[in-house]
Amino acid sequence: MNALRLRTGDSGKLTTLVLFLPPALVLFSLFVILPVGEAAWYSGFNWNGFGKPTNWIGLDNYRFVFANKAFATAFRNNLLIIAVSLLVQLPLALALAIILTDRFRGAVALRLVFFLPYILAEIATGLIFSFVYDGDYGLLAAIYRLFGAEAPHLLASSSTAFPAILLVVVWKYFGFHMMLFIAALQGMDRSMVEAAKIDGASRWQLLRYVVIPTLYPTIRLSVFFAIVGSLQLFDLVMPLTRGGPADSSHTMVSFLYNFGVTRMRVGFGSAVGVILFVICITFAFGYKRWIMRDE
Amino acid sequence: MEHMFRTMVVAAALALSTGLAAAQATVRWLHIEANPAQVKIWEEVARDFEAKNPGVKVEMQYLENEAYKAKAPTLLQSRDRPHIIYSWAGGVLKAQVEAGVLEDITVQVAGFKDTLSPSAVAAFTIGGKIYGLPHTVSQVGFMANKELLAKAGVDAAKVLNWDDLLDAVRKLKASGITPIAVGGADKWPVHFYWTGLAGRIGGKAAFDAALKGDGGGFEGEVFQKSGELFKQLVDLQPFQNGFLGFKSQQAIGHFGDGKAAMILAISSFYHTQKVFAADKVGISDDKLAWINIPVVAGGKGEATDTLGGVNGWLITKGAPKEAVDFVKHFISPDVQKRLAGGNYLIPTVKGAETGLGSPFMRNIAQNIAASKYHQNFWDQDLGPSVGRVVNDATAELAGGTMTPRQVAKAIQDAFKQGN
Repeated sequence: MNALRLRTGDSGKLTTLVLFLPPALVLFSLFVILPVGEAAWYSGFNWNGFGKPTNWIGLDNYRFVFANKAFATAFRNNLLIIAVSLLVQLPLALALAIILTDRFRGAVALRLVFFLPYILAEIATGLIFSFVYDGDYGLLAAIYRLFGAEAPHLLASSSTAFPAILLVVVWKYFGFHMMLFIAALQGMDRSMVEAAKIDGASRWQLLRYVVIPTLYPTIRLSVFFAIVGSLQLFDLVMPLTRGGPADSSHTMVSFLYNFGVTRMRVGFGSAVGVILFVICITFAFGYKRWIMRDE
Repeated sequence: MEHMFRTMVVAAALALSTGLAAAQATVRWLHIEANPAQVKIWEEVARDFEAKNPGVKVEMQYLENEAYKAKAPTLLQSRDRPHIIYSWAGGVLKAQVEAGVLEDITVQVAGFKDTLSPSAVAAFTIGGKIYGLPHTVSQVGFMANKELLAKAGVDAAKVLNWDDLLDAVRKLKASGITPIAVGGADKWPVHFYWTGLAGRIGGKAAFDAALKGDGGGFEGEVFQKSGELFKQLVDLQPFQNGFLGFKSQQAIGHFGDGKAAMILAISSFYHTQKVFAADKVGISDDKLAWINIPVVAGGKGEATDTLGGVNGWLITKGAPKEAVDFVKHFISPDVQKRLAGGNYLIPTVKGAETGLGSPFMRNIAQNIAASKYHQNFWDQDLGPSVGRVVNDATAELAGGTMTPRQVAKAIQDAFKQGN
């Protein structure tokens, strides 16, 4: 429709486009398209990042990535974060939001408290939790000692390190999703709720058939944020475990950093980047196309 | 009269040269030294250099060890790169030279290099060209807490071969003492076990052969065996609880706090165990013992062979010539003797080791001097990519997630993959 009108000579619209599109387009190409293209180009080389890449090895880097045990673990970990985000974090956020939209004494203060972890910088959060989890001096150790038990070093065992990170992820981000839901709930038409109450709906029915359905658009958005955020998780992992022990707690991004950047294997790292990009873009477009198509 | 005239000429020349010097730039010096006491001396050395060279400013920049390794490639290609950077020589240095980010300083240090230990200078010479100057060497071995050993009835002087060490670990465990502290999260402290043992089993010949790909390379017999011997130790569970989560500095502090009897250490931990101890005092000299990496029965390595570092300063491409001057000043006999006197390092300037204050450090200096084969840290020598795989795999062996055979294979695979 818009395109049609443009062709028929809506000059105001055209002027707007000519004026406002180029800056955004230039910035986007310069800082998004170009680097993506470069990464794709580098991923074909065996290159240590110095000088210009010369040693073309075709798709070998991709082969190396897929053959890497640590990458498989990192990929699995990313899926785990998504699962925990969707199955634990979002329901928790939703439940709290429904409780805290009601105006009672302390509701605002509680909202603030739950939102605080989100404001905290990721690195700071990671450092704080590395102290909390410390088996000798940490908060956790103190709690264990209270019961006369020896505290485990959660971050030092490959079976507990990643679950420990997952806990921090949930702690850090549920407040953000809670706020999204609260905002949506506050914008909800109260008359619908009133009407349902007059019709004799129970509290459960009210939630199930009125409140949650009106939240669907927000839930879809929240899921989108949770998944994209999960795929990009990096800065909590670094201060907590740096991907260890035995590469058990890497995410794809921390894998990229550790195996690509710090080992001066820029070609290899670029291949990981391209794989991550393809996953993200497929998800983002797919989600927009199939799940968020109404909005 | 003539005398006065000469003085005036000299004065004028001096004024002219300092006038020229005054127009000059800043030397950016990037270091990774975490010990505040030593950094303080370095700062004084820098201020002293500035006083002697008016117009030159020396700017010190600090990065933590692991952070530095991660950032170096990007840092070196930036236009604002530091002029002087820290180096462990080896494969990383080679990669940097090939990339053309370093300055060839062969001509500028022509006479100066003769004042230094030739083997240390050789570590910074690639293809006949010198790219940096070494300021210290170090040795890897066990640092031990005599008091804790005594409680378990272990005498540090009698731990000579690998079985002695295993025996000591058993006795310590039986007495309820944590035998060994290790920084498993940083991984490189763990690779000292595997590489130290490989050196004892196969000596220089085995390492050289593996580099050429002979005898199965790093998958060969020697390296399988070093994994098996290390596993004997690992199976005794000698490390502190949660050792895979400990960074090196935390592990050193653990030892300094007297919570573990031993630590496989770089000789420079002599100081850092004090710095990272909770009380900042650490283990006092009279309680500190040094145990060379135990020999292995039937091993081909000489007992005098040493594993350790050669550390120095590289000059980056485009650095002002004052950067070289400063490094020369930093590695002058006066400064080296001063640092040796404080036991901060084993100096590279010939004769400066006489300045070493403590018997502990003098012993290290003697070990290195007596060594005919001083092997650089493998993770540095093999380059950033293969070296890290050595660290990964050996840490997994310590964590029980890889077998000796898998470790050897992983390293050989990485070596074959190259880069």
